Amino acid sequence: MVLTGAEIVVRCLQEEKVEYLFGYPGGSVLFIYDELFKQDKVRHVLVRHEQAAVHAADGYARTTGKVGVALVTSGPGATNAVTGIATAYMDSIPLVIISGQVPTAAIGLDAFQEVDTVGITRPCVKHNFLVRDARDIAATLKKAFLIASTGRPGPVLVDIPKDVTAQRCEFAYPETVNLRSYNPVTRGHSGQIRKAVQLLLEARRPMIYSGGGVVLSNAAEKLTKLARLLNFPCTNTLMGLGGFPASDRQFVGMLGMHGSYEANMGMHYCDVLLAVGARFDDRVIGNTEHFTQEPRKIIHIDIDPSSISKRVRVDVPIVGDVGDVLDDMIAYLEAGSERPDAECLAAWWRQVDEWRSRDSLGYKNSNEIIKPQFVVQKLWEITGGDAFITTDVGQHQMWSAQYYKFDKPRRWVTSGGLGTMGFGLPAAMGVQLAHPGSPVACITGEGSIQMCIQELSTCKQYRLPIKIISLNNRYLGMVRQWQEIFHGNRYSESYMDSLPDFAKLAEAYGHVGLQITKPGDVEGALREAFKRKDDLVFLDFRIDQTENVYPMIQGGKGLNEMILSSEDL
Amino acid sequence: MRHVLSLLLENEAGALSRVSGLFSSRGYNIESLTVAPTEDASMSRMTIVTSGSDEVIEQITKQLNKLVDVVKVIDVSEAAHIERELMLVKVRAVGAAREEMKRMADIFRGRIIDVTDASYVIELTGTQEKLDSFLGALDGGLILETVRSGVCGIGRGDRVLKI
Repeated sequence: MVLTGAEIVVRCLQEEKVEYLFGYPGGSVLFIYDELFKQDKVRHVLVRHEQAAVHAADGYARTTGKVGVALVTSGPGATNAVTGIATAYMDSIPLVIISGQVPTAAIGLDAFQEVDTVGITRPCVKHNFLVRDARDIAATLKKAFLIASTGRPGPVLVDIPKDVTAQRCEFAYPETVNLRSYNPVTRGHSGQIRKAVQLLLEARRPMIYSGGGVVLSNAAEKLTKLARLLNFPCTNTLMGLGGFPASDRQFVGMLGMHGSYEANMGMHYCDVLLAVGARFDDRVIGNTEHFTQEPRKIIHIDIDPSSISKRVRVDVPIVGDVGDVLDDMIAYLEAGSERPDAECLAAWWRQVDEWRSRDSLGYKNSNEIIKPQFVVQKLWEITGGDAFITTDVGQHQMWSAQYYKFDKPRRWVTSGGLGTMGFGLPAAMGVQLAHPGSPVACITGEGSIQMCIQELSTCKQYRLPIKIISLNNRYLGMVRQWQEIFHGNRYSESYMDSLPDFAKLAEAYGHVGLQITKPGDVEGALREAFKRKDDLVFLDFRIDQTENVYPMIQGGKGLNEMILSSEDL
Repeated sequence: MRHVLSLLLENEAGALSRVSGLFSSRGYNIESLTVAPTEDASMSRMTIVTSGSDEVIEQITKQLNKLVDVVKVIDVSEAAHIERELMLVKVRAVGAAREEMKRMADIFRGRIIDVTDASYVIELTGTQEKLDSFLGALDGGLILETVRSGVCGIGRGDRVLKI
């Protein structure tokens, strides 16, 4: 069948069963948009800025496990998409981004809306392609979906010049593609797995540290099963929340810079550490030299060999899909009767519980002024802990991670690696489209929400009843917190003046807006918002301006040097 | 520690910049880099001379393997291997220097491949050290121009880099 390049692009998306395509039209992608117009299988969502297209595809991908897809035009369309692409790259999210390019003959001549998209995105994609011939479109898109979704997932960009979308050629969607240089490992090495299990059985002070890899490989149940078989304490990274049920007794909370005291102390003083789909990030273990001073054996399971022994040398590396490796570990354990020494474990649990009794997430609530922690706790109560939560970046992100207890994976959508302000609202759009009828809340701040606030318009167009929980403290709170602690209270450019009336702004876009100033009104406002099943409700919570995120590890300090409150400073 | 890495990569536009971009973005050293197609036209072979601790070299190798265009990576310098580099040197060759340059080229087993009444171009092949010592042995004032290919490396005997 002879088709144009643009028809082929759309046919490929249909073949890949793409439900939603998030995008924004422009000169170089006009032929593709024309083909989208003529069909109704792939539903296009028109965003208001290309960054939002990629974030929305990202939110869709994180909560469904499927590949998210975005379409942007050449030049500024592509450069606007870069922040979204880099966000997905840092968090290993499977995306395919199709960008238009100027006609082949104009490439390199500084044509209108020309940029070297492949060059600009090269450092922040898993792979990218420039398609120079319509006959290559189908195979390239097939490769793009394969690469994005296998191994360690990530964004793949396909740049297609305009003339290529007009060329005609024979179309057949390939069943398979041959990539001799791309063979991600899935099964872990059985000898290493046996060694790891032996080490786990001999542990006296064990700890499980799990990250985003557990969520990405749909291995939460397996991790939970293994942890329960062994009765080991388990901590999650920011990206790993929901990978182990937060309400479980064995869960010791998130670890890292704003993690719980018991998680960080356990991580520091354990003798055997099982790291699962996590990467010993600087926000997790702080100072590597300090961390490695304390002797412990480390088992590290990761699908990406380059994540292993990158920042911390490990003793038992296992390259493989987290789910497959956990299956093998469980099988070894269940085949034998040996279990870790119960007395040692009991003593270790007493220690962990003693740390836990410090109640490091405790805060002083107030009847006068709204505390942000209280808002998140109430949100958790009202939604039964089962809402999809997206966030932006800053203090509100940490409070969300600390006080919303996720029992299931793929409910928590946050920009962990890149820390992209402006992520929350567009990501929530992708989530809401993927899960119509389910409660979706975007927890944000008055700083972050303004970075992509134009998407309120998209939300109206597609009737997305997202609940925006804005913790408005009239400061760029995390910046202000660091300035208070490390820069002598000099609040350089962290106070936001001339903020809009967010409730009215939401109304101007056709949504519902509420401003809440009293602690006593918090619960009522949240209930009211979730009662309005068809409306986007913007809740502008005026919170305590001086509240800081605790506990905290200062930069360069070790995991056992936490500050639990401002009194420790 | 100095290492010589050999790569087979897809002979595709952009493959070179993926490799060089990786080195610059992650702050790895490149002492020399040389690349050309192999007997299989779909593949190029690249030799990179780099330096770093064992941990850094391990990361470099892993990161290179992660690039989709990279088919295979080996560290040829971790066992018996041969390295060669080609250098062309244009020197002033007048008066007494004319005879001296010819002699020096002979001693280092170089060949004079271009002659004018005032200059020679000397071709020399060898290890990096040999080329360095040849340049050191010449009167610096007489060197007009040098060009070097960068190091090529290959394992000895049964060590073969092939897919």
